[in-house]
Amino acid sequence: MRLRRGPTLSAYIWLSLGALYFIVPLFATLLFSLNKNSTGKCCTIASYTWVIHNGDFWHTLKISLLLAVETIVVSLLLFVPTIYWVHLKLPRLRPVIAFFALIPFVVPPIIMVVGLLKVYKGSPDWFYAKPWGFLVAAYVILAFPYTFFSLDAGFRSIDVHTLTEASQSLGANWVTTLFKVILPNIRAAALSAAFLTLAVVLGEFTIANLSAFHTFPLFLQYVNETQAYPAAALTLMSFGLTWGAMLSLLLVGRKRGGSGGVFGGAR
Amino acid sequence: MAYLELQNLHRDFGTVKALNGIDISLGEGEFLSLLGPSGCGKTTALRLVAGFDRPNRGSIVVDGKDVTNVAPSKRDMGMVFQAYSLFPNMTARQNVEFGLRIRGRDKADRGKRVGDLLELVGLGHAADRYPHQLSGGMQQRVALARALAIEPRVLLLDEPLSALDAKVRVQLREEIRRIQLELGITTLYVTHDQEEALSVSDHVAVMYRGRIEQMGAPAEMYSAPATPFVAEFIGTMNRLEAIVVDGGSGAVEHGGVTLMVEAARGRAKGDRVLVLVRPETVDVAPANGDGGADTLSGDVITQTFLGPVTRLKIVGPGTDLIADVSTVKAASLPVGMRVTASLPAGDARVLELSDEPLPEIAEEPAPAGR
Repeated sequence: MRLRRGPTLSAYIWLSLGALYFIVPLFATLLFSLNKNSTGKCCTIASYTWVIHNGDFWHTLKISLLLAVETIVVSLLLFVPTIYWVHLKLPRLRPVIAFFALIPFVVPPIIMVVGLLKVYKGSPDWFYAKPWGFLVAAYVILAFPYTFFSLDAGFRSIDVHTLTEASQSLGANWVTTLFKVILPNIRAAALSAAFLTLAVVLGEFTIANLSAFHTFPLFLQYVNETQAYPAAALTLMSFGLTWGAMLSLLLVGRKRGGSGGVFGGAR
Repeated sequence: MAYLELQNLHRDFGTVKALNGIDISLGEGEFLSLLGPSGCGKTTALRLVAGFDRPNRGSIVVDGKDVTNVAPSKRDMGMVFQAYSLFPNMTARQNVEFGLRIRGRDKADRGKRVGDLLELVGLGHAADRYPHQLSGGMQQRVALARALAIEPRVLLLDEPLSALDAKVRVQLREEIRRIQLELGITTLYVTHDQEEALSVSDHVAVMYRGRIEQMGAPAEMYSAPATPFVAEFIGTMNRLEAIVVDGGSGAVEHGGVTLMVEAARGRAKGDRVLVLVRPETVDVAPANGDGGADTLSGDVITQTFLGPVTRLKIVGPGTDLIADVSTVKAASLPVGMRVTASLPAGDARVLELSDEPLPEIAEEPAPAGR
């Protein structure tokens, strides 16, 4: 019988070094954000007050959050049934889709936005001139790799064929099978896709900037260029907001127990 | 009158003929096992009945209605799969209840039926457990209860015990048979395990290369195999190639020895035949001289202990035999000893020997496309 040993000293050292790598910059940013604008010395929360009372902060944050929600909804509506069908009926197509999913990683956003602006040039104003149309279309493409690989891992972790056939033999149609049997069993993967999409949208700058839509990352950039201490405060706040949004998604997704599931779709 | 009929079913996957014209007729409440090696087409046949696949030709009739082109969700077939198929997000109770919810049964009705079925499969105490909290055997019991909950017209079982260990397999197959008899449900069972098929079925259909080689009662399949493949697949069989010497007396010549085989009577002199002899009917004794007519001589090459009996492999000039003798007797027939083997004149079967090579039972690639 092997005795279970606790973490060794070297494990603690490496863990501490890893933690410091992330914590030190955040702590430095926090200290910087607490400096007084007039003297450049600690400590005041004026920068945070400035951000909270800035109308642009709330306006751009609202736009970015709504864009993220819309991108997540469109992505899941589009890709969950598609990837389900590919796993069920067209498994040979999977590597082809995986290849296409890698393209947003390879093509720089600046190239992509030029191409997309040309492609959508003739589209109606409600799509082309509004962030809810053009930007969401671009973000769905940008988030495609994250959505595809998360959902793909989820579908690979369940026996799609057997579950589908079992459901059908009990009298369920395709819609019932998808929503009652398949979707609950890839919930962790769908949540993972949603987290990553949220993070992508809340941090995306190039496409929004070149297509002249005023989103949260553009506000962040503007403050960064004009106000040193509030910029640091805003950076920390956006960091907290992103994590807060992810946490609320996690809580919503985990409301119902049962099959468990690990973040990222693996089970 | 037949309740389930498979009429001239054909299914091709590219150039592979998974089913090459099978006909099955099964009465209401009967239990039929489709038995055969991997790739013989038995699962393909079951999937066609379930509606998960469509035949290239032929039809499937249930209770007088052609269901060949009916969607699986409309067929009312309960199915238990080889792989664990319980919905991981639902408890055992919710799994069993699923089909009833789809059918819009009221809550009280659902609750009673689910409770009854879980009791029937001996899992009343585990109703609120999720699949990952159940053993493999328990999961298959729940799957059986779930398939039965919808009161299916036909119960389909696709090697439901193959993932379980030997003891649970025996226990569960007996339970499946008990429940099938209790409910009187028409059942189609797919397996590659001949012992499983023979022990639970009313009828067994042995399949090979997309065809049904023979269909009949288990005892008939064992005692009177119609083809060399069935003889080889069901139980262990000695296959002796011989030539008819005298059709009147049933004398055949094998390995230079004349053997009397009653089943060879009436055959024309010079006919090439295959004499089939079960190992347990061969009488083995230490050799004294030549052994004389009607007995084969050879040396014991190996002994395999099988519990109450021991299997001897005997090799002699022109012959190769397997004989099962009592373990007590086997002690007096050690490896290397020269022995004689007498064949039972009345128990041996005779089949015509064609020019085709005798089939070997081996794994074949499964047809593409599931």
